[in-house]
Amino acid sequence: MSVDRWIRRVAKPIVFAAALLPLSLLMWSAVHGELGADPLAKITHATGDWTLRFIVITLAITPVRRLTGWNWLISFRRMLGLYAFFYGSLHFLIYVIADRFAGLDFQNGIWVWSTARALAASIWEDIYKRPYITVGFIGLTAMAPLALTSTAGWIRRLGGRNWNRLHRLIYVTAVAGVIHYWWLVKADILHPAIYASLVAILLGFRLFAAIKRSRSHRQPVHARA
Amino acid sequence: MLLRKTPDIRSSEITDKKLYLRRREFIRAASVGAAAVAAGTLGVPQADAAPSWPRVKIPAFAKTSYGTGEKPNAYQDSTTYNNFYEFGTEKEDPSNNAGPLKTKPWTVKVDGLVAKPADYQLEDFIKPYALEERIYRMRCVERWSLVIPWVGFPLANILKTVQPTSAAKFVEFTTLFRPQEMPGQRRDVLRWPYVEGLRLDEAMNPLAIMAVGLYGEYLPNQNGAPMRLVVPWKYGFKGIKSIVRIRLTDRQPMNSWQLSAPSEYGFYSNVNPSVDHPRWSQARERRIGEFLMRPTLIFNGYGDQVASLYSGMDLKKNY
Repeated sequence: MSVDRWIRRVAKPIVFAAALLPLSLLMWSAVHGELGADPLAKITHATGDWTLRFIVITLAITPVRRLTGWNWLISFRRMLGLYAFFYGSLHFLIYVIADRFAGLDFQNGIWVWSTARALAASIWEDIYKRPYITVGFIGLTAMAPLALTSTAGWIRRLGGRNWNRLHRLIYVTAVAGVIHYWWLVKADILHPAIYASLVAILLGFRLFAAIKRSRSHRQPVHARA
Repeated sequence: MLLRKTPDIRSSEITDKKLYLRRREFIRAASVGAAAVAAGTLGVPQADAAPSWPRVKIPAFAKTSYGTGEKPNAYQDSTTYNNFYEFGTEKEDPSNNAGPLKTKPWTVKVDGLVAKPADYQLEDFIKPYALEERIYRMRCVERWSLVIPWVGFPLANILKTVQPTSAAKFVEFTTLFRPQEMPGQRRDVLRWPYVEGLRLDEAMNPLAIMAVGLYGEYLPNQNGAPMRLVVPWKYGFKGIKSIVRIRLTDRQPMNSWQLSAPSEYGFYSNVNPSVDHPRWSQARERRIGEFLMRPTLIFNGYGDQVASLYSGMDLKKNY
């Protein structure tokens, strides 16, 4: 089997399944009542954590590829990026249900039209009023166009250059995600600090590469002069 | 004629009947264990089948009418969902890490503006006071709540014994500092040791108690053994745990959370649905075990007993 076929037939399905493992375990634990006294908080935190982890893994693909020359890694980037969006969307959905919906007062009953309106108002108010929610929502929103344009068709339609430019929005998501986490902890900043360092290293690598590139572009001009 | 036939199986090979009857339990325990190991590596918490801490019944205490009609949370909820940063910042950290804490012997130092300062042994300290059970709501500043049947005695009893001088205006409490047994204290998440305080008239209020037990048993370490404060009209973090020092003072004590984030946590920290935490609303709360949140009540529903303490005070400024 060629490397290409091996990646497509074997490695990709394995990575696909492995990326679903955190969700499966979470569901298994939920069904067996093993998420502690406040399972909704646990699920919210776990899905948020996995969103950040997938963002970091996705951002690591290019630097690792450059440093090791393992170009085949690129075949996994889209899938991992989509998983970041998947876990991010789950995180948001659970927040909507467990935090916003469950916090409504249901004056006219639960299954009435006014509930939908009150829910929308409650989500919007939280996004508007609470900075850590605002920044988290920005991070998730920035991922949506990337998920939408992740197909080969969209790369063709946009052209590689524009597509690459658009997909730099993931940097916004990564920074927003870290700030979102940092702003929500009460006192223990250890975990957000770990994500912040990882994101700083991964974005720093790109900045460094860009500076080096622009220098090597300019050099011949200087030589001619 | 009766022939004595030797059994094919030696008795030593026969599975003990008790074990045999428990085979399903064993299989379940083993599979749960395996899954827990798998889950543990992925950061999913493991549920403990049985508590790993000793459960000791309190021989005698009086029932009271406090909390009649309230439905206490399950013992498991109140003893595994804890904020006790001395043992780690995750809710299950205290119940997982507090085991090694030695609470015997335990000395409580009483000093400051009192007529009778002394180092008390816990037993001598508690002995004069009759224990009673009170079912209180506990509202955490993080928007969750529990109903817990505490066993303890009014804080006022202690104060009457040690006799504050006329200059004393505040009571300051300090938690044990022992990083060898309190792993959370090895990192500077908060300034250790943990400190809390009350105004003297708050401390004298009959609702304020020193708890030594819950659910009719002595406090497990994760709940603040051997003695902790319970002030049910205030956010949970005011209920300082594992107290080693009580100091009477004329100045408002600087409590740990106020020191950590003064714009978010004040000295009073009374439960108040109309004063938001800067980062979230305090209007509602999730009672552990429920899905829909309940409205949070002013002074956590104890207003008729404590509101007069704050008459004329701006509760938005004095959060």
